[in-house]
Amino acid sequence: MTQLLEAFQIALNMIISGDPVVFSIAFRTLMISLTATLVSAFIFIPVACLIHFNQFRGKKFLVSIIQTLFSVPTVLVGMLVFLFISRAGPLGNLGMLFTPGAIVLGEVLLIAPIITGLTISALSGMGREIPDTALSLGAGQLQMVLKVLSESRYMVLTAVLMGFGRAVSEIGVAIIVGGNISGYTRTLTTAIALGVGQGEIAASIALGIILLSLAMIVSLTVSTLQHSVKR
Amino acid sequence: MLKNILSRILIVVVLFAACGGQSSREDAEKELVEDVHTDSIPPLPGAIRLRVATTTSLYDTGLWGYLEPMFEEEYGVELDVLYAGTGKALEWGRRGDVDVITVHSRAREEQFVEEGYGLERVPFAYNYFLVVGSPDDPAHLEGMAPEDAFRTLMQNGEGLFVSRGDDSGTHGKEKAIWTAAGYDYEDVRTSGDWYIEGGSGMGPTLVMADEMGAYTLTDMGTFIAYQGDLELEPLVDKGDMLLNVYSVIEITSARNPEMAANLREFLTSETVQELIGNYGVGEYGIQLFTPCAGEDMQDI
Repeated sequence: MTQLLEAFQIALNMIISGDPVVFSIAFRTLMISLTATLVSAFIFIPVACLIHFNQFRGKKFLVSIIQTLFSVPTVLVGMLVFLFISRAGPLGNLGMLFTPGAIVLGEVLLIAPIITGLTISALSGMGREIPDTALSLGAGQLQMVLKVLSESRYMVLTAVLMGFGRAVSEIGVAIIVGGNISGYTRTLTTAIALGVGQGEIAASIALGIILLSLAMIVSLTVSTLQHSVKR
Repeated sequence: MLKNILSRILIVVVLFAACGGQSSREDAEKELVEDVHTDSIPPLPGAIRLRVATTTSLYDTGLWGYLEPMFEEEYGVELDVLYAGTGKALEWGRRGDVDVITVHSRAREEQFVEEGYGLERVPFAYNYFLVVGSPDDPAHLEGMAPEDAFRTLMQNGEGLFVSRGDDSGTHGKEKAIWTAAGYDYEDVRTSGDWYIEGGSGMGPTLVMADEMGAYTLTDMGTFIAYQGDLELEPLVDKGDMLLNVYSVIEITSARNPEMAANLREFLTSETVQELIGNYGVGEYGIQLFTPCAGEDMQDI
């Protein structure tokens, strides 16, 4: 127990003194997960709109598939992306394996179901009133979609934040397609996994505290947003 | 219609991912330059990257962390060091995902080169494997030959054994000892709860064995580097079987063959050989690796 407390003390010191290694890992992780979240939101919010506002056969089935994929194992996504971007794979000539870009690609795909599915839920929650009113007032299809999106913006933002939360805390993709290269593809989670194995407990705790703080910021923002929806 | 949309979406995803990858790569590069500044090494304009996959023992001992900046400075290249068991390192090599490998499993290395995936197997250092266990040594293995120690473990059923279980070079050596002891490895693996397949690198496996009060087979370098935090003691350290040779192999399909050759030359150069021989001596008071580049390796 004292060992744990001591490690905790050292960890706090590392954070307060701004340990360059710890902070460069935290910064890199933030950049990678933010990029992945923005790219995924940019693509999959429109996809969610396409699915929600169109009627087609198998729509319910598609939505339930998307919901199932909320909890797709990260290592499975990591493995599939690895097979695609390994030099022996179909996208091998892009040379993406073991780069930060590879982690971004994997995380974009990993959180796509969450962003798509939760955005569809957000849009469904708006009911028929707003789209019908918009259309009857002479809005075009696109204007109507934008109107509904803007009315449901807090819930959509929640979807995006949930995606970010999953991206920043995942390890399967980062370790398999990133490779945990020091100073290049090492993220908070892969650094913790390595640190615990090497007995670097204090540094691992410091990284863990940062990771937890990031998660806390996300969850606080989400609850604030949801609160403002109710009001 | 839906199919059409889906295929378009897929194209867009891939395109965006590629762009996103690019931009974050630049971010990382900027960040790297900053990192390098703090280490007072001049930034490398338009640096190319070289990828080496190394067995976990050379990583967990800190040897690669020690050599990496020297190589980067001497050749003006960013060196990406990936750690994995020998099996995985060889697989990355076969797929062309790395440029150089440093591994320790002679038979598989020779096969790898023979199949045309690697240029040449070049031994550059060696040490020995050890069987380590808790100081009370429940199965009384101390001082035995490795084959006898393994036989005792299998027959007595007293004492746990943690295997790497990850197709690494150390795992390969463990299998070879079981074979030399007269057992079929599959029988050993499935013979009971005393045999634990850890599935981790050497460092984590030592930590696991320590927690469980179990025996394990380890390379000397990693054991010495971890010894301070562990209660484990070396029990079996004699026998020709325990020799552990590290080799460097350039991958035939390396993206950067010249730089790969530079890394081989670097590791086998007189200066670096001496550094390898002295590595850890100051900290642990004992040699972790014996350099052996250019020596007659008939028996190794």
